[in-house]
Amino acid sequence: MRFTLNGTETEVRAHPLKRLLDVLREECGLTGTKEGCGEGECGACTVLVDGSPVVSCLVPFAQVRGAAVVTIEGLGGDHPLQRAFAHHSGAQCGICTPGMILAAVALGPNPPLEEIRVGLAGNLCRCTGYEAIYRAVRDA
Amino acid sequence: MRTALSALELREPRTLDEALGMLREDGPLVPIAGCTDVFVALHFGTQPARRFLDLWGLDELRGIEAQGGVLRIGALATHTDLLRSEAVRERLPMLAAAAREIGGVQIQNRGTLAGNIANGSPAGDTLPVLAVAEATVVLQSADGERRVPFGELYTGYRQTVIRPDELITAVEIPPVEGRQWFRKVGTRAAQAISKVVIAAVRGPRPRVALGSVAPTVVRLPATEAVLATGGSIEEAQEALATEIRPVDDVRSTAEYRLRVAANLLRQWWEETG
Repeated sequence: MRFTLNGTETEVRAHPLKRLLDVLREECGLTGTKEGCGEGECGACTVLVDGSPVVSCLVPFAQVRGAAVVTIEGLGGDHPLQRAFAHHSGAQCGICTPGMILAAVALGPNPPLEEIRVGLAGNLCRCTGYEAIYRAVRDA
Repeated sequence: MRTALSALELREPRTLDEALGMLREDGPLVPIAGCTDVFVALHFGTQPARRFLDLWGLDELRGIEAQGGVLRIGALATHTDLLRSEAVRERLPMLAAAAREIGGVQIQNRGTLAGNIANGSPAGDTLPVLAVAEATVVLQSADGERRVPFGELYTGYRQTVIRPDELITAVEIPPVEGRQWFRKVGTRAAQAISKVVIAAVRGPRPRVALGSVAPTVVRLPATEAVLATGGSIEEAQEALATEIRPVDDVRSTAEYRLRVAANLLRQWWEETG
């Protein structure tokens, strides 16, 4: 099945009902996408599909046929949000960080605090208390 | 995922007609779209179905449009689509309010209105809205279309009158006269399943519906009648207590739900008076 992964046209063979999360980690070897709860509550496995954040644990692989998927690896390591998270200590244990950053990408640059709160409401962090994350996103 | 993938099958129709044909000729198939409920159950091994029908690509089921007085919402409209729709925000602000309270952005981007209806959870946040809006659910099968008033859709806990060969294709909502009101009470502001959810309309004919307080979403005709005939809010609260059947569960207790439901009724009445 063909889809675009981090800007590159990709062909992957996998069961159509395999979770996108598992296809990314197992077939594609991209382990930056983390599994948290597996039930769409925590946002750790957030990726962008056609620009919109979704939880990849609840997306069957068949539904990204022809779509553009972006994972944390697709940001290249030097994205303004990645730099801001490092600068503001927006990451502690790091499990929620890839999902947080991808949800934040969808907000665009320098979003107002209220938009950040709403846009990241589906991403749980048990370390930071969120304030450092909000500072990083506002600053990026 | 606890369910073995090798045991699962997915049919992928390209058109609605093809989907209806597959349901008729090759059923039973469980329709899937945003998968925000079905995949949770598959993950935990509690989804009994093994054969699924993928509707996600059927763009013909996606639009939201005002047709004369009626707002027609395609089955695959996501909660994000509802939130962003000018027609929904203008005509049915309580539905936009409900969509905003469902999960986080990730779930709003995937969960659909018809999925919320078909899943039939008594805690479904859009369901009290559809009840007080007196929506019509449009069902289609290979034989054609039929329309079911929302109030006649559920027959019991997660049970509906939808036949295995039918799909929800749209929801139609007539003009709603009066001021709309929606509140959801959960454990926290975001990402929580409702303990009690209410939608109400303050107009010439007051309308109230509650979720998470009975095996299905419930309209409250006796409570509405008290208010329509000039009864006090206390009398209305007494009527409400006879019309709901809350239970104790992991999210809350029956006593709490009854108290909160009565409080919400009063809050609605006072805020819209």
